[in-house]
Amino acid sequence: MTNKATPEPPAHSNVGARFDNWLDTRTGIHALLHETLDEPIPGGASWAYVFGSGLLFLFVSQIITGVCLALYYVPSADHAHTTVAYIVKVVTSGSFIRSIHAYGSSGIIILLLLHIGQTILYGSYKGRRELLWLSGCILLALMLGMAFTGYLLPWDEKSYFASAVGTNLVAEVPFLGPTLQKLIRGGDQMGTLTVSRFYVMHVFVLPALLTGFLAAHVFFFRKAGAAGPIKEDPVYPKLPPVPFYPRQVIIDALFALVLIGILAIVTIKIPMDLGPAANPANTSFLPRPEWYYRPAFQWLKYLSGRWSLIGGILLPAVLALIFAAVPFLDRRLERRPWRRPIVVGAFSLFLVAYTLLGVASYRDDYYKDPGVAAQMHKQEEDARAFMQQPFVPEAAAGSASAALASADPKVLKGQALFQAGSCNSCHGDGGIGTAAAGPLTGAGQKFTDARLIALLRTPDNKMISGGMTPVDLSQDDLEALAAYLRQLH
Amino acid sequence: MELIPQTNNGPKVESSGRRSFLGALLGLSTAAVSALLAVPLVRFVTYPLRKAASDTVWSDLGPVQEFASITAPIAKTITLERRDAWQSTSSQKAVYVLPPKDGQFRILSPICPHLGCSIRWIDAEGKFICPCHTGSFTATGERIVGPPPRSMDSLESKVEGGLLKVRYQYFRQLIPNKEPMA
Ligand code: FES
Repeated sequence: MTNKATPEPPAHSNVGARFDNWLDTRTGIHALLHETLDEPIPGGASWAYVFGSGLLFLFVSQIITGVCLALYYVPSADHAHTTVAYIVKVVTSGSFIRSIHAYGSSGIIILLLLHIGQTILYGSYKGRRELLWLSGCILLALMLGMAFTGYLLPWDEKSYFASAVGTNLVAEVPFLGPTLQKLIRGGDQMGTLTVSRFYVMHVFVLPALLTGFLAAHVFFFRKAGAAGPIKEDPVYPKLPPVPFYPRQVIIDALFALVLIGILAIVTIKIPMDLGPAANPANTSFLPRPEWYYRPAFQWLKYLSGRWSLIGGILLPAVLALIFAAVPFLDRRLERRPWRRPIVVGAFSLFLVAYTLLGVASYRDDYYKDPGVAAQMHKQEEDARAFMQQPFVPEAAAGSASAALASADPKVLKGQALFQAGSCNSCHGDGGIGTAAAGPLTGAGQKFTDARLIALLRTPDNKMISGGMTPVDLSQDDLEALAAYLRQLH
Repeated sequence: MELIPQTNNGPKVESSGRRSFLGALLGLSTAAVSALLAVPLVRFVTYPLRKAASDTVWSDLGPVQEFASITAPIAKTITLERRDAWQSTSSQKAVYVLPPKDGQFRILSPICPHLGCSIRWIDAEGKFICPCHTGSFTATGERIVGPPPRSMDSLESKVEGGLLKVRYQYFRQLIPNKEPMA
């Protein structure tokens, strides 16, 4: 852009063109669109390049559906499950939106695997693309974090116990483990603070980091340029460049259509289920993580005692470091996969091992021990059954039925007297106070029982001027009424 | 993988006819994607708009026989259930059931139309008395004397399946006409 004033458009051009010009002179949108859409792709558009933009599309879809879910979700251990059940069973399209969001995370993991696999196969991390690769590694870690923190939020049996196991792993970290675990859980056990911590990570911290690193990733990609087909030189491409728009844009858009179509079909055919509310006292529940964490879960089964530190923390950490260092270790510009047996072979080996571990985990659950298989089927059946039941609203705190459920008989009697004497019409339900008369909450802490009863029998002048009349009841009833007043808060 | 034929004249640019066809294709797929997501999203976000207003809450008073032969107004406590999104709140309210006349029940709100104190039935006097400013009403709730600007408010009631039911409501105070509050 230059600082020279752009001439106003000629008077004869039509309204659309004039508006276009008006906007461009104020925003520079033409230059921006040119910069965005005319990215040269060596060798032209291809279906092979859709994974990155597919990921971007799913990320945006997750943001939109996630923001909507937050309309109804309450992040606290006593409400989380009810509010998710409310979304799924009561709100229009609620099951659809939640399922798209939940399955979307699986979609992202699948696309990540394809995107990474292709990058390794095509050697497209080569040629001054180290930072592009590193930002991608961070994005991968952040996405896995999103999947982990999101899994807990419904607070059903499945998510509760799986997250209990996940956060137990943290305690294995040398030296810092127990402190770190306590920090993540917000205490020694899982509870409301765990939900709120996971929620804050899931909706504020990780998405902000993701957005930042995504911008960096795209920036590094644009700086280095598209790598093109495998025979292409990653630094000085020889194939004629074809602009990104329109062909690649359309291919990407059609891919987005395929993605959302698949998600919609899966969602309609098998809506994501919600199990019964988490019951920490349940000792028979067998926790299982999402499918993409299954191999890691299985791996940990083979390790025990001192090996768990090496296998559970050290080995994954070393693998992750090697993975992140790939573009620094593999410096040749050769991109054809058959000429790069070590990197391609190592990645394939990892994939095979990971898949086998995952398969072994499912085999162990369903085909090895009939007791385990029965329990797994029972858990799935419980979740299905819960989904069939109609929504049961939760009693609001302080509402009559919630208080009645757990009060002692004397308090109940006092409450009945409070109602029968219409005390509530001046002092409000549960003694919370109204315009006509002050609150009674806390009165029990201020006075002894004897004083309370005396005041009920013969109100003081201030009370009388406020409209309070003497309470004419038997000593027993007065004691019950005092007991009720005492526990108001 | 699709390879574009090599040329040496810089970036290959689509012919303008092809460009606009591709543009239309792009528009179409964008529309399809947004429709797939947008329709359920709009329904989800605007959910409470299509929900029927739940202002007609009927509370049970008890079996009709219980009230068939009463001779004086009796106070009865009802539980008022209200749904607030995923929570249900319940509170207790008192109402007066009057002796039936020609088989018709009348239910009175105990809230004084003056300043909202609760009116008491005083058996010995055969009158309703409001203790705050000594407003008084007849056994059928007609105003006798005192500051209340109108008679006691009656509540909608019905008999269903042998049960007497009442629709609890609040009415504006200090005005001569009975006017329900939203
Ligand atoms: S409030 Fe009943 S007479 Fe004033």
